[in-house]
Amino acid sequence: MISVILDKCVGCSLCIKVCPFGAIKLVDSPRACVDAFGRGEAVGKKAVIDLDKCNLCGACLESCKFGAIRLDKKESIIKKIKLEDYKGVWVFAEQKKGKVQSVAFELLAKAKDLAKDLNTEVSAVLLGDNVENQAAELFQRGADNVYLVEDAKLASFCDEAYTKIIVKLIEKYKPEIFLSGATTIGRSLMARIAVIVNAGLTADCTGLDVDKEKRLLLQTRPAFGGNIMATIICPNHRPQMATVRHKVMKEAGIDKNRKGKIIREKLNDDALFSRTNVLQFVEEISSTVNIAEADIIVSGGRGMKAKENFILLEELARVLGGAVGASRSAVDSGWLGYSHQVGQTGKTVCPKIYFACGISGQIQHLVGMQSSKIIIAINSDPYAPIFNVATYGIVGDLFEIIPKLTEEFKKARQ
Amino acid sequence: MKIVVCIKQVPETTEVKINPETNTLVREGVQSIINPFDMYAIEEALRLKERFGGETTAISMGPPQAAEALRQALSLGIDNAILVCDRAFAGSDTWATSFTLASAIKKSGFDIIICGKQASDGDTAQVGPGISAHLDIPQVTYVRKIESIINGQIKVERLMEEGFDIIESSLPVLITVVKEINEPRLASLKNMMRAKKAVITQWTYKDLELNEADIGLNGSPTKVVKIFTPPPKEKGKLLEGTTEEIVRNLVNSLKGDICG
Repeated sequence: MISVILDKCVGCSLCIKVCPFGAIKLVDSPRACVDAFGRGEAVGKKAVIDLDKCNLCGACLESCKFGAIRLDKKESIIKKIKLEDYKGVWVFAEQKKGKVQSVAFELLAKAKDLAKDLNTEVSAVLLGDNVENQAAELFQRGADNVYLVEDAKLASFCDEAYTKIIVKLIEKYKPEIFLSGATTIGRSLMARIAVIVNAGLTADCTGLDVDKEKRLLLQTRPAFGGNIMATIICPNHRPQMATVRHKVMKEAGIDKNRKGKIIREKLNDDALFSRTNVLQFVEEISSTVNIAEADIIVSGGRGMKAKENFILLEELARVLGGAVGASRSAVDSGWLGYSHQVGQTGKTVCPKIYFACGISGQIQHLVGMQSSKIIIAINSDPYAPIFNVATYGIVGDLFEIIPKLTEEFKKARQ
Repeated sequence: MKIVVCIKQVPETTEVKINPETNTLVREGVQSIINPFDMYAIEEALRLKERFGGETTAISMGPPQAAEALRQALSLGIDNAILVCDRAFAGSDTWATSFTLASAIKKSGFDIIICGKQASDGDTAQVGPGISAHLDIPQVTYVRKIESIINGQIKVERLMEEGFDIIESSLPVLITVVKEINEPRLASLKNMMRAKKAVITQWTYKDLELNEADIGLNGSPTKVVKIFTPPPKEKGKLLEGTTEEIVRNLVNSLKGDICG
């Protein structure tokens, strides 16, 4: 439990400033009220923590320069591991249809940096059917080793078999860090693995760094819709696991001469057995529309007025090689399918350039796109909240502006 | 069939504000709601009961006021509600939360467990798969349709980035659902009356026979070491002039990013 050591607290209010939950208040020293000797004079202000609001995040502990806040933690009975047995940085090489996905190359770039700081190796974990040919590119982009498991049953992702196999690999080779993309597959897989190997897992990181001395992975992620950032560590469990948002990190470059070692794992049928089976994959979205992957997204909202008008956005997106997105109200109006929806109940996207056309910018939409690098807002209402996050704002009639933009970009690209 | 829905009470995000002076979340007067994704989980539980029969139970782990979320679930037609509530659960990360919820679900009994795909405040999507791992049952995440349940086999569609998988699994199973799966109903007057009077079962860590060292902050492998507000975005630029000027200006500004 958390408590303030009153003798040490000087009432400086540093902790109040860092508490994200507004759980700390300064009050006239409670000591004055409870003094058994009846000495009731106020001896200054002291911090008091409202336990109903506190969620024990520990931010105040870090902030207190006087060691006046104490957070007691009981030791878990779960078996202690030897941290020094765990070595190496692993990356889950997500593949679809036998092709490693670009998010894995982004992770490799980061993994190389982390491994350099920790003076250790980078390994990729590759599961699939006939995917050995993918190993070369993993080496070229920074992997020193590729753990390869091939079987017809692993051709497409299957939660249970993938989990069991990777758990076996972790138990055998003991990596200290294990990263995956925060994709549909990565988020499902890593959460299951983390529970089974008793490891900490941080979702959707946007920043990774390392404390060289303690060999700790510093995992930074947005919380509360990006209004607050939290840095999270995992001091006593291994591996330190994290999923990383797509498009936040730069892809590792290719070094054609770089080679590595394939470590092929043979596994028994038990590891391949699964109670769930993928019967069929149905492709639904054309490649120009996968908004999670796109570098440029052209999104439309209520201001588009009608389904037919989305053709304007499609043309702009085509010229730019981007995808078309939509706000919730546009999807709810039936103008575009749910797979295009950006925002809290849709997809979180982080493209290089995001066009918000006729989107007012409700907070539910903003949380899904505000980490885009460049945001262009086109709206007739100068007070629309979208302008608060826009890099470039245009107040005007989108039906006039967008076709001209498409024309100009067409010329610029020639 | 025993259908369990896990729900979480979250702040209504439209109202999450930052106090510009202290840089902290303003929580006073912020409404609490059921996590929007859990509304689809509740609706799907009700529909499963209508299609296949059975009993529905909503479980929530949280502070005493989370009982309100459970009462709302009852008003929508859920049969039973259990609040997993204890000071000892405070500070749980997703590992400890899924462990605690799994213990409660085991105690209540289950054939199918339904969760929303993620909570709107934490956004981790880790608790659902975590529960299924703790219970050692199969999982299917991001489900957008339950096609059938026949002879202990369930057939569903899982939303992927470029389409969907058709997946078959044995029961018991845990699924997490996306918005596309249904359109949540409104509470009926009859159920609202029932919910008002209903007694919500409350379980502490002792009721679940858990060890204090394995739950809450103690049972959480991850630790938050720093919380900070992101660096403010550079102030945006309002482009002015005639449409032609604006368009030319913008294209010039973006040229490097688009053609590079």
